[in-house]
Amino acid sequence: MEFPLFHLDFLNNRILIAVIAILHVLINHPLAVGGIPLVTLLEWQGSRSGDARWDELAQRIMKTFFLITTTVGALTGVGIWFSTSLVNPVAIGSLIRVFFWAWFTEWLVFVTEVALIMVYFLSWKRSLESPEAKKRHIRWGIILSIASWITMVLIVAILSFMMDPGNWMSQHTLVNGFFNPIYAPQLAFRTTLAMLMAGTVVLSLTGWFCRRDEDLRLKAVSLVSRWSLIWLPLCAIASYWYWQRVPGAMRANLATAVATQAFSNWHEAMLLIMITGLGIVLLLLTAGAMTSPGFRVPRYAAVVPALVLAGCLGSFERVREFIRKPYAIGQYMYSNGIRVQEYPLLQRDGLLAHATYTPVREITSENELQAGQTLFTLTCTRCHTVNGVNSIRVQLNRMYGKQPWEKDKIAQFISTLHTSRSYMPPFPGNARERQALAAYLVSLQTGGQLPGAQSVGIGQLAAPPAYDLNDPDATSDPTQERIP
Amino acid sequence: MSPQTPFPRDIPLPLPAPEPLLIVLLVIAFLAHLLFVNLMLGGSLLTVFYEWRGLRKPAYDELAHEIAKTVTVNKSLAVVLGVAPLLLINVLYTIYFYTANSLTGLAWIMLIPTITLAFVLTYLHKYSWEAMRHHKRLHLGIGICASGLFLLIPFVFLANATLMLFPDRWFSIQGFLSALSVPSVLPRYFHFLLASLGVSGLALVGYFRREQYDFEAHLPGLNRQEILKQGYTLTLGASCLQFLAGPLVMVTLPSHGFSAAMLGSIGLGILAALPALWLIWKELQSPLPGKRFIQIGGLLSLTVLLMVSGRHLYRETALASHKHQMQIRTASYERQVQTAAAEAKAAEAAEASLPLPELGAKTFQQNCAGCHAAQTKLVGPPMTEMVKIYGSKPADFKAWVQSPGKKRPDYPQMPAFPQLSEKQLEGLAVYVLNSKH
Repeated sequence: MEFPLFHLDFLNNRILIAVIAILHVLINHPLAVGGIPLVTLLEWQGSRSGDARWDELAQRIMKTFFLITTTVGALTGVGIWFSTSLVNPVAIGSLIRVFFWAWFTEWLVFVTEVALIMVYFLSWKRSLESPEAKKRHIRWGIILSIASWITMVLIVAILSFMMDPGNWMSQHTLVNGFFNPIYAPQLAFRTTLAMLMAGTVVLSLTGWFCRRDEDLRLKAVSLVSRWSLIWLPLCAIASYWYWQRVPGAMRANLATAVATQAFSNWHEAMLLIMITGLGIVLLLLTAGAMTSPGFRVPRYAAVVPALVLAGCLGSFERVREFIRKPYAIGQYMYSNGIRVQEYPLLQRDGLLAHATYTPVREITSENELQAGQTLFTLTCTRCHTVNGVNSIRVQLNRMYGKQPWEKDKIAQFISTLHTSRSYMPPFPGNARERQALAAYLVSLQTGGQLPGAQSVGIGQLAAPPAYDLNDPDATSDPTQERIP
Repeated sequence: MSPQTPFPRDIPLPLPAPEPLLIVLLVIAFLAHLLFVNLMLGGSLLTVFYEWRGLRKPAYDELAHEIAKTVTVNKSLAVVLGVAPLLLINVLYTIYFYTANSLTGLAWIMLIPTITLAFVLTYLHKYSWEAMRHHKRLHLGIGICASGLFLLIPFVFLANATLMLFPDRWFSIQGFLSALSVPSVLPRYFHFLLASLGVSGLALVGYFRREQYDFEAHLPGLNRQEILKQGYTLTLGASCLQFLAGPLVMVTLPSHGFSAAMLGSIGLGILAALPALWLIWKELQSPLPGKRFIQIGGLLSLTVLLMVSGRHLYRETALASHKHQMQIRTASYERQVQTAAAEAKAAEAAEASLPLPELGAKTFQQNCAGCHAAQTKLVGPPMTEMVKIYGSKPADFKAWVQSPGKKRPDYPQMPAFPQLSEKQLEGLAVYVLNSKH
């Protein structure tokens, strides 16, 4: 309503967040949060056993982690900001108002982490000069591990807040937002998962980095498998705890979240596949832990656990994103960027009466389609496209088939869609607007496309909405902190 | 403001701290970010330049390699130090920033893969220095590609930073390329590029003048004094060109952002730069340059601080009136939101006191009619079938509505309705099960 809206009519906006965020998590969890402590452990193993091959292996793994985290890892982290600012500016803008200091602190830790990672990686060569230097270097590894984990401690608060703001709803303070109901279990889950995944990633890398030294490979496979086996049960307990804290209404979304609406009946099959995958992980890790010259886990099989867990983490993130629907911020703001509190006003007067970016204020039979398109842009495009991923035409085809769609039927459906699709927000407009939106949707049966503000701009605007600009209170700032 | 200027409403949550504090943080954090961006871009250009010179005079190749090693460190710091200004811009200029992002959306999001690629190429360039010693031109090509990307990236940031300032131009923007045509974008780009070169020249002096740096051992065949003078020459040249670029920026910026404080800040910045330039000139005349580095660095830092402050003051003045209008509208809208919410609450209370059949009919219309009709199957079965199943068992009916299972293989599963009150459920049971359709 208050922003010109970026829209990708084929790929769907959300794909930006999905690709960037999942890539970021897949790098951050195993390579930074879990990876640094494991590399430090390998380095310590070298110093303890006096076998320099461990140190060399640790250094090579660290170089891989360093190059990936400081390029793709760092940029996808920034990319999450960039993409959310395009996809749902109101939601991210509100989150920043609430969590500014958490994010600012996270930034301080983040700067420390980057400085430490450069110290740790770039001083490796010098650490070989003496046992004392090595000891100091290992200590840097431990400090860096703690810094990496603290970044997770901070960011998880924000992620879990989006699912359930808890006490923040009655009192908007940072502390109330930070210690929300899902915080502790999600942190436990992500921490243990990161450690476990780091084990599986290093397990995959041993096949490559020890390709000329089978003896070292077997030793490394055994050590790293044992590391992973410690974390696996802890991760299982943490995920159960997490699941217990997910609000009931969200659990109802699970089937669609796991397998999309078209395949929601298959979600049990998907869960079965995941459980089988995790069983294979457990089996391979146990085999890895028992590795000896007579009992070897083949190199290619050592890659499997990392792939399975990457798949699980990817779908976990999708589920987490999905099950918080219909909200962007639980109970406070719907995923269309409109606050729950705004609904009575918008449903009474109509959304177009109050929107800034609309060419239409008063719907007539001439401008009905234009009004409908604007309504679609403002209320539907944060999740739907016309032609691409989660296309509204495909959805309507599924519901109403090939025969000509009926405007009244669709308008009636719009008024109750949030009841039959519990992951969708209610329509934030009045009856006349439902008619206009339905008319536009009917017009899409025979084609049509919807460009975003990034290509066509904001276009012609209607006269501004009616504001009570002369009210004596009007100059006092609603946020009360702007003007002293 | 033109009649086409939109006045969107702000997000109605308080700022997380007093505005002046956030502004001071923004200026400082932005300065730190900018310093490393300058070093990254300038360093990348210097690497390529010296590697190219190294084709003729191989001693320069090692100098290029030395500079390349600093670029990867500076780029990591540039990114991480960029997060704080991003956060502060988000919170202080929410509406302006996100609008600019959206209007340049594709270029904005393409920054992520582009910068990633530039970084990967920079690492490749640095780490393949020895391995590609016999493929020098190809190696130089990698460096040029990385520098080329670094040169493109600022256009996107500057287009966004400029669009933020001018809500009255938003209606004319159709994509990133049209944002580039906003008059001050190109002058600002050259202003920034010259700053990068100036800072990097000075950093070159700072890096190689250090006593503990064993110049002869690291860079045989080169003369320390000569390299220092090359650095100074670059800074002097770039800074003198700023006397062209700076006024060009000033004349292309719309007048409504100028203020005495802003002009004063810029003027003081120029005054601080003049003695610095004179000192650089003295250094270039000296047989042993490097002694005046601290004074020069200090004076030019002061210049940059004053320039960045001036830039901020311009933005504040340019947006002041629009911001004020926005606040008034936000307040007015929020009052309307409160009033309507109170009305809705009253209506809800009135509804709860309706007789059960009426309440049930209303609840049905609002929650069930999308899928259920009186006599025909829509998505779910008709009411006539419900009467058959639950006619004498209203408790079972209510339990089903609250948490339905899956009964019919040929129907989609019904969602649960935990949001319905006991009263609404009661009404619904009365309405549905007593219906004689």
